[in-house]
Amino acid sequence: MRIVLTRRDDAPAWMALVSPLIAVALTLLSGAVMFALLGLDPLKALGVYFISPISDGWALQELAVKATPLILISVGLSLCYLSNNWNIGAEGQFVMGAIFGGWVAIATHGAANGPWVFPAMMLAGMLGGAALAMIPAILKTRLSVNEILTSLMLVYVAELLLDWLVRGPWRDPKGFNFPQSVMFDKEAQVMRLMADGRINLGTPIAIIVVVIAAIMMARTLKGFEIRLVGAAPRAARFAGFDEKRLTWTVFAISGALAGLAGIIEVSGTMGQLQPSVSPGYGFTAIIVAFLGRLNPIGCLIAGVVLAITFIGGENAQISLRLPLDVTRVFQGMLLFYVLACDAVLNYRIALVRTGGAAA
Amino acid sequence: MTMFEAILLTIITASTPLLIGAIGQLVCERSGVLNLGMEGMMIMGAACGFAAAILSGNSYVGVLAAILAGMAMSLIFAVLTLGLAANQVASGLALSIFGLGLSGVIGAPFVGAKRDQMAKLDLPVLTDIPLIGKALFGQDPFVYASFALVIGVWWFLARTKSGLVLRACGENHASAHALGYPVLKIRLLAILFGGGCAGLAGAYLSLVYTPFWSPGMTAGRGWIALAIVVFASWLPWRVLAGAYLFGGITILQLHAQGAGVKIPSQFMAALPYLVTILVLVIIMSRRGGQQAAPASLGTPFVPDR
Repeated sequence: MRIVLTRRDDAPAWMALVSPLIAVALTLLSGAVMFALLGLDPLKALGVYFISPISDGWALQELAVKATPLILISVGLSLCYLSNNWNIGAEGQFVMGAIFGGWVAIATHGAANGPWVFPAMMLAGMLGGAALAMIPAILKTRLSVNEILTSLMLVYVAELLLDWLVRGPWRDPKGFNFPQSVMFDKEAQVMRLMADGRINLGTPIAIIVVVIAAIMMARTLKGFEIRLVGAAPRAARFAGFDEKRLTWTVFAISGALAGLAGIIEVSGTMGQLQPSVSPGYGFTAIIVAFLGRLNPIGCLIAGVVLAITFIGGENAQISLRLPLDVTRVFQGMLLFYVLACDAVLNYRIALVRTGGAAA
Repeated sequence: MTMFEAILLTIITASTPLLIGAIGQLVCERSGVLNLGMEGMMIMGAACGFAAAILSGNSYVGVLAAILAGMAMSLIFAVLTLGLAANQVASGLALSIFGLGLSGVIGAPFVGAKRDQMAKLDLPVLTDIPLIGKALFGQDPFVYASFALVIGVWWFLARTKSGLVLRACGENHASAHALGYPVLKIRLLAILFGGGCAGLAGAYLSLVYTPFWSPGMTAGRGWIALAIVVFASWLPWRVLAGAYLFGGITILQLHAQGAGVKIPSQFMAALPYLVTILVLVIIMSRRGGQQAAPASLGTPFVPDR
């Protein structure tokens, strides 16, 4: 028996919507098997992972806080991946955004600062993320250096830079030698939407970004250009689109969005810089982008799904004593199944019985 | 042991996992498959190898388990990219994320466990050569295996018909298919070889280099191994040079920290990653932007019927 694929272009539209759902279902099924192997009651464990994060109002707020960076980053990554630019260093761009934005907050700390501080931090964060993302973009267009490797290597560099800053020059002098910066002033923290809640201004910002990106992709020439360069680079060249400039554009946008996510996370949920500012949002956002079928609205939904696994993982660590790595296993499996289900869209799959000599 | 011997020894120790991982990846890429799951396969090798060695009390059982774990991981990748013609970049990333997670789950009971470093294999007479003797011929079996792999892969690719067929699949899979060669089968074998090597490289980390298990212990070595293949222009001998260059930089950095150089440790730790970028830049600008990569690298193959 072997699998035979036949290319097709006539996959019905409903399948494009159903295939991510099948992928999620298969992930849950595999998760149940994994929990059984670890000696846990599968239903109870899945309940902790996937039901407890959406069970009450407080949990839903936490969900929105976790989904916000994932959505912001994945929308930018979608633009990259659609146009065949493999930016996998969003984690580093996220950290760089936190560093640049955090610098504004630390530099104005205790000084007479006004309402301009917060927008300035957001801008600085976007600038920081975009600046780091431009390195692989420029190296790719100028010297054809593989952007996958360079963007990833810069993740480690950005993380080490942050580590040095919070242990060295930016350490809070009154912080009992803990490796962390001063607490940001009230003006430098993202506005909370509810007096006693966790949800903050970052979530509506993410939704606005999704709407803008969706309009851009569906209604503007730029959106068409991005899709065309990815799907048919030769045709795009004949149409007069500048592939190299587009590479710069999508890297800059995705870097800026990752940086924005970084500074929102730092000033919204932590209130200060710490040696580690991300539980891996930049890498998880890659999965979000694919689960969302590289579509901004899809990223919004997929971001919520992946945020559930983050919170579920934290809950499981407490109540089931499972290592946080189980979350990564779930995320990896989810991407496997998403990619496998995509094959069902692009190809007709048939199982053929091989008769001895047939190759 | 003199200072020179000590440095040479540590360079060899740091370079060997990179060399083993990169040579496996080279074969895989020469067949036209880009497997970005190196990091995941390597760390699964490290976790499974250490776990098996602790449970069985035998290092060689650990090595075998590591190779099998790497191959099992690469099989998932093969099913996706060959069986279902999925995007190789995304599938490789998924494999890396999955491997980092699963290795943490498998390794969790073994955190803090310690065992002795694998015994060295002294080659008689040769170890008595002054200066380099002890470092080159008093090594653990992995080091010899890594050199044997480079020679074997070079011989296979350059001197055998099967090697030529494998390269044909990487350069132009449609032509290879038209000539009647089973492209997908050859690529499957190449992927499995790459996975086995990645697992072996991981075993080296947890059985010899440290020797203990800690989550995320590969620390980007899988990715650096991928960069070494690009650096080497897909040639086995240059992989050897590349692996030792990167290993040397890692060690230089450690010795500089030990010698009390007044540079923050984080900057020194970032050096291998920065050098990776720098080396890629130099190598590409010398080639004038010309790619030396196999022409079909990264493109899925679906036979026409």
